[in-house]
Amino acid sequence: MSPELGHFALVLALPVALAQSIVPLIGAYRRDAALMAIAGPAALLQMLLIGTAFAALTHAFIVSDFSVMNVFQNSHTSKPLLYKITGVWGNHEGSLLLWVAILAVFGAAVAAFGGALPDRLKARALAVQGMIGLGFIAFILFTSNPFLRVDPIPVQGQGLNPLLQDPGLAFHPPMLYLGYVGFSMAFSFAIAALLEGRVDAAWARWVRPWTLAAWSFLTVGIGLGSWWAYYELGWGGWWFWDPVENASFIPWLTGTALLHSAIVVEKREALKSWTVLLAIITFSLSLLGTFLVRSGILTSVHAFASDPTRGVFVLGMLVVAVGGSLALYAAKAPALEPGGLFAPVSREGGLLINNLFLSTAAATVLLGTLYPLIAEALELGTLSVGEPYFNTVFIPLMVPLVIVMGIGPLMSWKRSDLAGVIGRLKGALVAVVVIFGIALAMSGTSVVDIAGAAGMGLAAWLFASAFIEWSARVKLFGGSLGATWQRVKSLPRASHGMTVAHMGMAILIAGVSGSSAWKQENILTMVAGESVEVAGFTVTFNGAELVQGPNYESLQGTFTARKGNSTVTLTPERRVYDQPVQQTTEAAIHTTFWSDLYLVIGDGPGDREQFVVRAFFEPFVPFLWYGILLMGFGGCISLTDRRHRIGAPKRATASAHPAEVEA
Amino acid sequence: MHRYIAASIAALIFMLGVQALAVDPYEVLEDPVLEQRARALSQELRCVVCQNESIDDSNAELARDMRRLVRQRVTQGDSDEDVLSYMVERYGDFVLLRPQFKPQNYVLWFGPFVLLLCGAVVVRQYMRQQKPKTPTPLSEAEQKELAALMAETNSESAGDKPS
Amino acid sequence: MTEETSNEATNEPSTRVPRRRWIAILPVVIAVLLGGVFAKRLADVKDGLDPTVLQSVLLNTPVPDLDLPPLPGRDRVADGIKTKHLKGEVSLVNIWGSWCIACLAEHPLLMAIQGQSDVPIHGIAWRDDPQASLKWLGRHGDPYSRIGQDPISEAAIAFGVTGAPETFVVDANGIIRYKHTGPISPDDWSNTIQPLIEQLRQ
Repeated sequence: MSPELGHFALVLALPVALAQSIVPLIGAYRRDAALMAIAGPAALLQMLLIGTAFAALTHAFIVSDFSVMNVFQNSHTSKPLLYKITGVWGNHEGSLLLWVAILAVFGAAVAAFGGALPDRLKARALAVQGMIGLGFIAFILFTSNPFLRVDPIPVQGQGLNPLLQDPGLAFHPPMLYLGYVGFSMAFSFAIAALLEGRVDAAWARWVRPWTLAAWSFLTVGIGLGSWWAYYELGWGGWWFWDPVENASFIPWLTGTALLHSAIVVEKREALKSWTVLLAIITFSLSLLGTFLVRSGILTSVHAFASDPTRGVFVLGMLVVAVGGSLALYAAKAPALEPGGLFAPVSREGGLLINNLFLSTAAATVLLGTLYPLIAEALELGTLSVGEPYFNTVFIPLMVPLVIVMGIGPLMSWKRSDLAGVIGRLKGALVAVVVIFGIALAMSGTSVVDIAGAAGMGLAAWLFASAFIEWSARVKLFGGSLGATWQRVKSLPRASHGMTVAHMGMAILIAGVSGSSAWKQENILTMVAGESVEVAGFTVTFNGAELVQGPNYESLQGTFTARKGNSTVTLTPERRVYDQPVQQTTEAAIHTTFWSDLYLVIGDGPGDREQFVVRAFFEPFVPFLWYGILLMGFGGCISLTDRRHRIGAPKRATASAHPAEVEA
Repeated sequence: MHRYIAASIAALIFMLGVQALAVDPYEVLEDPVLEQRARALSQELRCVVCQNESIDDSNAELARDMRRLVRQRVTQGDSDEDVLSYMVERYGDFVLLRPQFKPQNYVLWFGPFVLLLCGAVVVRQYMRQQKPKTPTPLSEAEQKELAALMAETNSESAGDKPS
Repeated sequence: MTEETSNEATNEPSTRVPRRRWIAILPVVIAVLLGGVFAKRLADVKDGLDPTVLQSVLLNTPVPDLDLPPLPGRDRVADGIKTKHLKGEVSLVNIWGSWCIACLAEHPLLMAIQGQSDVPIHGIAWRDDPQASLKWLGRHGDPYSRIGQDPISEAAIAFGVTGAPETFVVDANGIIRYKHTGPISPDDWSNTIQPLIEQLRQ
């Protein structure tokens, strides 16, 4: 498969995307079924063409075709096959191609499985997808073409950044993109609904599975990035409030809000205009996340080289996509029909509070991330906004949110009884007191200990209340086991999903609180034979030696960690890769259920006898990963709800209305 | 990845051979109270050659020297404010990871809570206008929709109602 | 569409639609403002603003307190840098190191300046091994009047340095008047730094 074929397919995809963006829109406007029918085949054809382009680039990477500039710059024959493949998206051009390929697959999914959708909604949504594709394909072809050749053909490639030769980081970008692109579906449906002038429960039912899928992917993607930073960067941190991290976290926050507000639209036909806005904003922020770091606008030092041409193109695209859609919103949203009755104390009231806090949190992170830029533009001087700021303002916004998260699911729709709900949550209050007490008893009475214990109590609150809600639904403690099992089976999957995701969040909170409060650090020099005590472990240094790896040389230390009768051997490394030359830290981590023992080795002061050793005790860090996995898993369980299936039967309201509504 | 790359670029700029990892054992002060203060201060100061890293986290040589200076000044009896202002006098506000609480940064510090308040006001308005004193009769279309909704709610989502 | 609009008009209080419209416009207004900020930034970068260069806050302030040891083995009488050495005449203070590639790029110009101008150039050997510094000066030439060693960045931090080379113009009263980040180009010298020195000397 030649790169030219891929290039050609990508070039062809451009007019196809153009046709997909325009023809169905005209069709929908003129109510011309034939024109609208173009959308489906165009989306499928686009998937075929972009799939071909992506396959061609992947092939070039696998066979190490260094006549392709992109392969030459980012690959090497000595790399393992897996990292040759992941190298496809380990660079600016290839990652954009992956982005647009995922977009094409999602668009094709709507075309193929969206038979139940009202024709005009489908045509318009696919047209918007076509426009997004058009923008991306043009961006790739005009500023970031991965198929450019190099002449003469180099015999060897320059190699992939060794940091990317890692499972955590190799699959981090595709997960993020699956999330971002998933949000593009919600966006397309939102624009289609605005054009239609109508948002209803059926619309929400269509948006939800895409949002859920996107949210699950993004959750896991952010988690992978955090996990990678934890084990690879060598100081045991897992979240830094870095602009690049924030860029993916902000759409996660608004996406979470969208997930919840779409439920209100589906169940109560309220919050319509707000949900449409959230769908637009979430994808807009995803675009910002994809682009800001590549444009040279936000960061100066970054992996993806920035060049001003790209920056201008990116800004142009953002103006059209974000500005255009928000302008459409301004024009059309006020005319959307208002929702039904809405009492403050009700399930929807709880979800509204959830949305209030999540969107404020998103705005806060956005403000902090962009503030240095804004300050500079307003000539207020150069300043930094870092971790201390974010921790100070973000945590107070999260605490009330989590408290409401415990109460909300127990409230009934339309009108609820707060006192009654709190009465049912007595068990959760007991759990809070017990866990808080245990945490304090086991730690101490410093401010940090109390804060950590309070975080644990908050986690207990959320976990216990999620459990109480679920057990009441299935009447866990009433009746026979068989009958309970029947109820478990008949409870909608979405309810199970919510419980699992909320419990995941609780476990995540426990991980965040515990690891922030009770981390222990030992930084020391050791010679072979020496031991150090770390949180109950006796860690003995047995020595270090140089080890030759396939494409790196490594200083490998050997340690024995003893606790009680169990002994484990840990071998932290410091690697120097040769293609390109770069040093990486490979921490050795011994995970027990509750905590990690985390060892890092470094050079000593000159001689080869003494080595710098960092021995960290990282309590509750595994809870972060359990929590994130559970959240993603909860999203997947919800996705299997029959009401969310792509081919789910058309709703009565969806078929009853379209003709008369727009007449 | 970005942080590491930033750190490595910094290392390249300084080209000082083997790169040390963040806080080294030789840096650590004897007095645990002073050490604690020095660590806390280091987390507030930005490594000026890195991308958004504190000097406490950074591997860069300059960050190490800044940590050393922080420890030196803490040992000499400087207050936390003294240490921070010494750095600000030389590197400007840029060196602080927690922007100062002063009028030009009020947007940053009050913004989130003002936003929350505005949001709360909008939510309140929304709740109010959703409760007309006399219920308006449903239009024909709305009635149809309601019937369809009810039918579906009954058939599909019995489990969604809390017991 | 028409149906909903008419419903709304008849059923809702009359103030309602305008307020909703106002709120609906808010997002696009914010987006446009942010776009403006991005555009300005992009234009600045295109105009040659290097976001990695930190503007010095030390301009027009006295040079910091210095007491830098001499470079042993360098056969010049006057060596080591103290604050008092930076007062009395206009001078240049150049932060460099033998490990610094950009310093090597700048070096020929410093040599030329030393040859054609009488402004003293004081060198701060930043985080450098004295032997390496000496060897480097031996091989490439020594343009410096005085040299002070700065092994643990004391002077570098005091001058708010972020990388090497950096060059400061200090006036006769010991006040910092200009900072140049990165290697000085011949244009920088003849268009900016040299005229500034002339002006400061008057």
